Amino acid sequence: MKTITLTVNGRPEKLTLSPHRTLLDVLREDLGLTGAKRGCEAGECGACTVILNGRPVNSCLVLAVELDGADVLTVEGLGGPEGLDPLQQSFVDNFALQCGYCTPGMILMGKALLAKNPRPSEDEVKEFISGNLCRCTGYENIVKAIMAVAAGGERHG
Amino acid sequence: MSQSDWRSNRPPAGGVQEIGRVAPRADAAAKVTGAERYAADYYPENYVWAGVKRAGVPHARIMGVDTASARALPGVVAVLTHKDIGGKNRLGIFEKDQPILADGVVRHCGDAVALAVAETKEALTAALAAIRVDCEPLAAVFAPEEALAAGAPIVHEGRGGGNLLLESEICFGKAREALAGCRHAVELTVELGWQEHAFLETQTGVAWQEADGSLTIVASTQTPFRDRLELAEALGLTLDRIRVTAPYLGGGFGGKDGVTVQGFLALAALHSGGRPVKIWYSREESILAGTKRHPATVTYRLGCDADGVFQALDCRLVFDTGAYASLGTEVFALALEHAGGPYRIANVAVHGKIVYTNNPVAGAFRGFGVPQAAAGIEQAVDELARVAGFDPLAMRRKNAVGCGDTTPTGVVIGRPAGLAECLAQVERHPLWRERQTWREGAPPFKRRGVGVAAVYHGMGFGPAVADYANAKLELTAEGRITVCAGVADMGQGNATTCLQIVSHALGQPYGDMELVLPDTARTLPSASSSASRTTFTYGNALIGAAGVLRERILARGALLLSFQLLAPVNAAEVDLLPGRIYHAPSGRSVPLKVIAGFMDAAERTATYSYTCPVNRQAIPTGGNLRLHGYPHRIFSYAVKLARVEVDTLTGEARVCDFLSCVEAGRVLNPQLYEQQLHGGAAQGLGYALFEDFAVSGGEIATGDLATYILPTALDVPDMETVSVAVSEDEGPFGMKGVGEVVIDGVLPAVANAVAEAAGVRVTKGTLTAEKILAALRAGGREATR
Repeated sequence: MKTITLTVNGRPEKLTLSPHRTLLDVLREDLGLTGAKRGCEAGECGACTVILNGRPVNSCLVLAVELDGADVLTVEGLGGPEGLDPLQQSFVDNFALQCGYCTPGMILMGKALLAKNPRPSEDEVKEFISGNLCRCTGYENIVKAIMAVAAGGERHG
Repeated sequence: MSQSDWRSNRPPAGGVQEIGRVAPRADAAAKVTGAERYAADYYPENYVWAGVKRAGVPHARIMGVDTASARALPGVVAVLTHKDIGGKNRLGIFEKDQPILADGVVRHCGDAVALAVAETKEALTAALAAIRVDCEPLAAVFAPEEALAAGAPIVHEGRGGGNLLLESEICFGKAREALAGCRHAVELTVELGWQEHAFLETQTGVAWQEADGSLTIVASTQTPFRDRLELAEALGLTLDRIRVTAPYLGGGFGGKDGVTVQGFLALAALHSGGRPVKIWYSREESILAGTKRHPATVTYRLGCDADGVFQALDCRLVFDTGAYASLGTEVFALALEHAGGPYRIANVAVHGKIVYTNNPVAGAFRGFGVPQAAAGIEQAVDELARVAGFDPLAMRRKNAVGCGDTTPTGVVIGRPAGLAECLAQVERHPLWRERQTWREGAPPFKRRGVGVAAVYHGMGFGPAVADYANAKLELTAEGRITVCAGVADMGQGNATTCLQIVSHALGQPYGDMELVLPDTARTLPSASSSASRTTFTYGNALIGAAGVLRERILARGALLLSFQLLAPVNAAEVDLLPGRIYHAPSGRSVPLKVIAGFMDAAERTATYSYTCPVNRQAIPTGGNLRLHGYPHRIFSYAVKLARVEVDTLTGEARVCDFLSCVEAGRVLNPQLYEQQLHGGAAQGLGYALFEDFAVSGGEIATGDLATYILPTALDVPDMETVSVAVSEDEGPFGMKGVGEVVIDGVLPAVANAVAEAAGVRVTKGTLTAEKILAALRAGGREATR
């Protein structure tokens, strides 16, 4: 067992963990943050995407004990008391979800992309989210939702 | 243990939404924030993990299962076999042939042999590894023709009929003679592989015993009410001892149409020392144990006269259901009913067999047999058009069914049918009109083709099994409306549509209503979320319930007003407005909250039972398909168009544009409707081009998402959609089901485009680059500019 401290959605957490546990399991089982979804546990589907130290990662592929001092953002950390994050709102407005199981991962991918490239082309969006699988939507509205925030920063704050 | 508030969902606030207008999805806000709790997201206090020991061999006799060493491991709560099951240990719909835990024989690699319950995932893994299964291998069968050969190993020993699950024939006129007399005729055999549902949320759930010993199961399921029936019989429990709830599913597509983990959950919860249990398949286990789309071999002979009028069809469809029937006979019946496509053909012989093998289990998958049938007839139509020198779209228009026509399988279309309009729309569409210019614009070493396919899809359960729903609405003590949904929402958005329907019917703000998701304790039996029937059937029941509730509110309101006015008030003079009733003659209003205060709970609860009308036509052929759904009454129609570019150096086919033109009645919510068109097309493109499911000797070679390739955002083209809205007056507000017709015909539209581009038709399974390259090579077109 090893004890680490890290920040999750702005809150400090102190955790004592056995070394084989993944960030995904710790988020879901220990911290009750079930927004990160398990789809394959092999880094193939992207449903477990979170933002680790500013970069999107498959949390199923990250060992939690390595995260001493790290900063983790999950979908629960987006938005705030005043409402949804503009990208979350754009997913609602553009009907970019059906079953919604890939949605937290897709939204965090969109956040990560827009943070480093505020005006991506449609092809850049598709390329960036191509590691995240969606079985319901055919991706069209997901791309549209990300593009709407990229293009219409005014409209979406 | 019970939780009281966990099934309430409230849609985003908004004004009164009308049918036909875009209403935001009721589930969107909770899904984008991660707040929505799927079955996978339940971690009950003090829970233990349950997991399954899989057979790993395709056919074997079980000589013994040694659970002692597993039981002795630290952290292991229980290790169970079929001996621990009190009931019949059989699941299934018509053919109850699938054990929860194998009892004597293993019939496919994914069969469940034992169930372990442990404190942690690590202890569970150790327990499963420590279970020793002593098996004696049996000769196995992996293809229908092998399975039907004399002396073949029998998958279900002692079953009358051996490996033949069902055989049927639908015949009209003299197909073979007429074919011989046709001016033009073609023959074509198409082989279709399995398709994995690959919902992102694998099969999962939790269960616990209540204080009185009854079971509560929270599962990712399309069929909470039928699950309860199946579980009661298999486990020897009474219905009222089982409660099943269905939160929003992380995808279903038919793969959760029936029991998946629920039997394991129930059994584990009965042996966990009173602790809640959780089960959650890994992706590999999901692929190993879950059902898939049926592989099929379809052989078509189609002929026409000199004018291109279809004269005769002779076809054979052979389906492999794998080790268990699941919904195979129903899938098979729908495939046969649709075998001839949406055309008028007088001389028809449709023959089919569905066969047990030791392969993975096939079952319900969006499209339900029609994608396989469409793959055959729609490629045959294109071949015939090519041979006879007709334009493929014009040939389809010439032969298309309309209202009053008879389908090739003898079904008289008695309801509005928009296929001709769909074909006309596609003919006018630039993607079709400008196809020649587009083809000629192919860059070097690329060849381009444009393909179409026309399809139809029968809605609902057919004539024998009642397609019913029981809607329930409540006026809460606070004067709000609660909609108790009896059918699961696996992502298609029917919960939203239910709220829209009630909002419209009662004139109450859409955003001000509460929703209760399916729960056998709180909502009423309304059959499955499947068969393109979910919104049609439940929506009709909801309209009925809304009528009952409206009448009660107005009657009670009129009474209250008559006390206030000291004069009799007729309920007919009172209107129901958002949040209140209004009496125009006096100008008075009474808030719904006040009215609710004068009604007891029973009066505030309105229920309504609706059963779909069925096709009562007496058809003299295909009689043994009737129980399984043939014939249907209402069909949705669609035409699909694919523009495909083939690389002559690599064989890779890229879909550049895809058009879905769909007639599924009136559209209740244009955005949700379009979502179905997008999703069905993408899943169909996966079936056509990417999802090459590989099985060898009963073992799956594509057992994870690294080897079973789903389309990504880079693989799906821009998708155009056209809606042809013809009102179906039996549907709620004129709608028909759209969930399946959207995937039918995608594969043949792509295949027809590839055939045009490559000059050679690929007819074996997924259209991978390797196969297309081989076809190009065979046709002398490899590396041609």
